Amino acid sequence: MQQLSTFKGGLKLDGHKKMSTSAAISKIPLAEKLVIPVQQHIGLEPDIIVNVGDKVLKGQLIAKASADISANIHASSSGTVIAIDKQDVPHPSALPATCITIETDGKDQWIERQPVKDDYKNKTCVELLTIIREAGIVGLGGATFPTSAKLQGCDQKHIETLIINGAECEPYISCDDKLMQERADEVILGTQVLQHLLSSKQTVIAVEDNKPEAIASLNSSLSKLGINNIDVAVIPTRYPTGGEKQLIKVITNKEVPTKGRPADIGILCQNVATASSIYRAVYHDEPIISRLVTVTGEAVNNPENVEALIGTPMSTLIEQCGGYKNNVGGLIMGGPMMGFALPSDELPITKACNCLLTQTTEQLQLPSSKACIRCGECAEVCPANLLPQQLYWYSSSKNFDRAQDLHLFDCIECGCCSYVCPSHIPLVQYYRFAKTEIWAQEKDKAKSDIARQRHEFREARIAREKAEREEKLRQKKEILAKKKAAEAGKADPVDPKKAAIEAALARVKAKKQASDVEPKNTDNLTEQQLEKIRQADARRKQADKPATTEDDKK
Amino acid sequence: MLTALIILAVLAAIFGLILGYSAIRFKVEGDPIVDQIDALLPQTQCGQCTYPGCRPYAQAIANGEAPINQCPPGGETTILQLADLLGVEALELNPEHGEESVATVAVIDEDNCIGCTLCIQACPVDAIFGAAKQMHTIIADECTGCDLCLPPCPVDCIDMVPVKTETSSWKWSLPDNNKTAPKA
Repeated sequence: MQQLSTFKGGLKLDGHKKMSTSAAISKIPLAEKLVIPVQQHIGLEPDIIVNVGDKVLKGQLIAKASADISANIHASSSGTVIAIDKQDVPHPSALPATCITIETDGKDQWIERQPVKDDYKNKTCVELLTIIREAGIVGLGGATFPTSAKLQGCDQKHIETLIINGAECEPYISCDDKLMQERADEVILGTQVLQHLLSSKQTVIAVEDNKPEAIASLNSSLSKLGINNIDVAVIPTRYPTGGEKQLIKVITNKEVPTKGRPADIGILCQNVATASSIYRAVYHDEPIISRLVTVTGEAVNNPENVEALIGTPMSTLIEQCGGYKNNVGGLIMGGPMMGFALPSDELPITKACNCLLTQTTEQLQLPSSKACIRCGECAEVCPANLLPQQLYWYSSSKNFDRAQDLHLFDCIECGCCSYVCPSHIPLVQYYRFAKTEIWAQEKDKAKSDIARQRHEFREARIAREKAEREEKLRQKKEILAKKKAAEAGKADPVDPKKAAIEAALARVKAKKQASDVEPKNTDNLTEQQLEKIRQADARRKQADKPATTEDDKK
Repeated sequence: MLTALIILAVLAAIFGLILGYSAIRFKVEGDPIVDQIDALLPQTQCGQCTYPGCRPYAQAIANGEAPINQCPPGGETTILQLADLLGVEALELNPEHGEESVATVAVIDEDNCIGCTLCIQACPVDAIFGAAKQMHTIIADECTGCDLCLPPCPVDCIDMVPVKTETSSWKWSLPDNNKTAPKA
């Protein structure tokens, strides 16, 4: 085990963890209705593959990952899908999102499972990643980034050090602590799967020194299982040691480059709860359908850690823990440093929900913020080596370019700067504002680029169509002109009508000429015969003037 | 004296040749400043700036014919970015051209659409799908909310509805205690 290092900044905070660690993990009874949000992770929303009215079994896939960075969602218990609609979910926006509601049948009947168990050692990297992906496993430390995406291609990335993060540095939260205490075997076996997957040279489970029971439990489990290639590193308690980059600095004394990932320097971090989920997926073919939640704070009667099915209403957990005290003022999801306030407790437990922190009315009374006095305390405590004051300046004046120049996106939103600010400025909220604002601008930019492309394409199409029409017209005109020229070139047209008319005229002419011919056999005629001829000639002449023909006949 | 003159003349000739060559070799096609301005405009192609589309407005700004505050869809953000790019003072949005409002998307009331194709011809980004005597529909992802399809519709079956905020597109707001925010 190498020498531990430290990271710059950070704070020593009161843990408040003892209040929730005395009782053993208890299970929350099955709720009548489970409301399962389909978006419980970072990335794209998965595609829903069930319909209202479908019967589902516990562990059945109900929404399928739609991309690499997306995660499967499973039914937490058996029952009937009674609704697929927008419902309130635990999200800082307090906006409704798509949820699948399952009315449980109380049987809690599992879907057929085929765990690979110890056979995983014969599986390839891709096969193991598929198991992890199928199980809908996401980073349970809080970020909920799909684990299979984080591990993707890691067999080629040469991971030297695998760090299993059991630091759990944020006050009040103790679910990872209890997990390590009571289910150390699961954590260690899950870690072994990761170790096999990454063929890492060094594997460290990092635990803060304020969790002696967890450390003892892990060590005894390691010796019981006869494993000697996993170390338990006891690290000093200091917030935010549990931050990925901070933990890497402490364990390996290496810094993750800005805009880089730990894998770039041969390190991979996974949370202890994630390792335990991997164990469950591999050894029991169990997807993530439940998680440990710390229900704690000064305004709940019996703070403890509970195991709740995903989709269970938060109010059920609070009841299980003895209900609220009279002085309850609010509820926070997550810890006091990084969590966000919830509008109500009628919201479902999600994969991200590690802690429900109750607040008293006094705790809600925050001092109003005053002007920045440029004391520089925030820069002292920033664990990411940023300049919080400058970031605050640029974020609040919407000068996002400058804020990004100062590495706004390296901010891990740990809240140390806000905590120490003597003017009580909610600094992190300014950074969150700036970050979401920048993302929105980037989205708008992408959209406007598409609009520009489509507009230009349309203009080009209209121009092309016009040109084509003109070209066609020109060609037609050309053909006509050619025809005329050709007709003019020939002496007489070969028009059959004209020819027929002319032929008829010619016949008439010929007839006329024929009528002028001297009559034959005119010799030796009697006077009467001559008279008749004269009369016939007169009639013929009359016939040439048609108007008078009839009178002659009379 | 003569040597110096000759040397200078030769140097001048050499540099002249280099400059002349690079003027041809590295000639910039088009007007890059127009492209840069156009890249900042929201591309709704709505014509509220009185120019027939975003690019003509960008051209007008580049030529100094139009001020930078005529784009209501872009609003304050675009004005700030344009001011930053052009090194001019940021102006308030000119109310003559409209007010900055929430992003909208067109929705066709499909029961009332008579399939006249007039809106299809008006849409600057081909975001309306349909054919003669067939019902039309809007491709919402491509719609820029420019309102240009509204006037030609003979049965008034197109509505502009605000784009819904989802959890994925939601933004944190600037903290309420804005009195402490410093002036830029």
